[in-house]
Amino acid sequence: MSEFIEWGALGQVVVAGLIIGAGIPALFALGLRLLAGTTTQPQRAASGTRRAADGGVPAGPVAIARPTPARLVGAIACMGVVVGAIAFGLVFLVSGGH
Amino acid sequence: MDDVTETILLALVVVTALAFDFTNGFHDTGNAMATSIATRALKPKTAVALSAVLNLVGAFLSLAVAATIAKGIVDAGVITLPVVLAGLVGGIVWNLLTWLFGIPSSSSHALVGGMVGAVLAAVGTSGVLWTGVVSKVLVPALLAPLVAIAVAGAGTWMVARLTRGVPQEVSNRGFRWGQIGSASLVSLAHGTNDAQKSMGIILLALIAGGAVPADAGVPFWVIISCAIAMAAGTYLGGWRVIRTLGKGLVEIDTRQGMAAETSSAAVILLSSHFGFSLSTTHVATGSVLGSGVGMPGAKVRWGVAGRMFVAWLVTLPAAGLVGALCHWLESAIGGAAGTIAVFALLVVVSAAIWVISRRKPVDHTNVNEAWDEEKGAGVEPVAATTGEAGPERVAPVPAAATASSVGPAIESVGSVSVAGASKGSVQS
Repeated sequence: MSEFIEWGALGQVVVAGLIIGAGIPALFALGLRLLAGTTTQPQRAASGTRRAADGGVPAGPVAIARPTPARLVGAIACMGVVVGAIAFGLVFLVSGGH
Repeated sequence: MDDVTETILLALVVVTALAFDFTNGFHDTGNAMATSIATRALKPKTAVALSAVLNLVGAFLSLAVAATIAKGIVDAGVITLPVVLAGLVGGIVWNLLTWLFGIPSSSSHALVGGMVGAVLAAVGTSGVLWTGVVSKVLVPALLAPLVAIAVAGAGTWMVARLTRGVPQEVSNRGFRWGQIGSASLVSLAHGTNDAQKSMGIILLALIAGGAVPADAGVPFWVIISCAIAMAAGTYLGGWRVIRTLGKGLVEIDTRQGMAAETSSAAVILLSSHFGFSLSTTHVATGSVLGSGVGMPGAKVRWGVAGRMFVAWLVTLPAAGLVGALCHWLESAIGGAAGTIAVFALLVVVSAAIWVISRRKPVDHTNVNEAWDEEKGAGVEPVAATTGEAGPERVAPVPAAATASSVGPAIESVGSVSVAGASKGSVQS
């Protein structure tokens, strides 16, 4: 069977795929969660206070309370990794890794 | 073979390779953009325009051309221009048929299938490296979706856990951008990867025809025409395939779309990095399925997915049959006349498929309509017989087909975007 399947290469693709392919969306989600915070009843309770707490997105339909510095740093770190991964992907493409 | 025949053959191979490039872009728009269109992260027209631009850019990004077609699958020594032409026709016809039925099937597998068929017809079984066929085409076709389902499933599950409790508008807005970014990367990778296949074919044809020296690089006009052919195909958008990928398999939201596209981009780039080539189409389809598997409460239409898997397995023999038929026809008539006959057949079949597609048009206006399982139900039986259906399909509609390929009749059809589609597929 090893004649037909390169198990080594397949294993590498699966492991690295799970780390990067699933990890990046998870980091993105984590960053978003840190930025936006969680509310259990987002629509009804917050509508009055939202406008006042608006953090930099004045005209948007959704207002996000300004996150604490710690959360902001965490979010920036998460997003930084995501952006870095995209940049790495671009470099890989340009360098002719294909 | 005399000079005139050689020149005609060379010209037709170049044109057919560009036509294949066109159908490749056309067929594979959905891989990158279907999810963004389905979640309305991008308007349909914006999405295909973005994808077209990125495909165009991608074609220029890297020029590490793999100058061998179907390397390790057929014996390189038996590839001649007539074989390449027959193989290309097999790939194009299968691409168009799967597009007609909205099946995202691999363009490169269709090309390889056409080549294998043409080689079989030309020199028999000795010209095909069967181990290569199994290990490079059939096994990856089975494994790619499984890998992608696992990766996208894990990603979607984690995203769903992490965004629990985050207001939906906030997560939608964030993930919309994430989705556009990841889809763009897939588009770029596709442009870099697939435009080079056609460039490689054209370069080989030019070398074989003596138009350029054997050690020549890719001429600039080849790069630019391949890039433009693929971008034009992408911009026209294979709306049928987009619809199946975006709406048919899973009802996706922006979180699933972002997870699916990131998984596609990661698996495609990693697989080429580790030298385990997986088809972009199979990976993208698997990722969309995975985003349904990983999302709590989401429903996956396994019936649609099953038909797709069948089509993937049929791709190689079906495209091969068309390629073989074309090669037989080519050598039966012989010389320039045979080549022209095969090319004319391609034009007629393409026009016929386009005419049939007009009966139930899918375009940017209705690509996101609710999925009706009945619409997809007719796919399987037709797909199973497509090999024979290629040439026969021509019979019922010759008048219409000729009319639409002539040109002026195109305007009378009405829709601007589709008029462009017909013009493109007929010319190229």
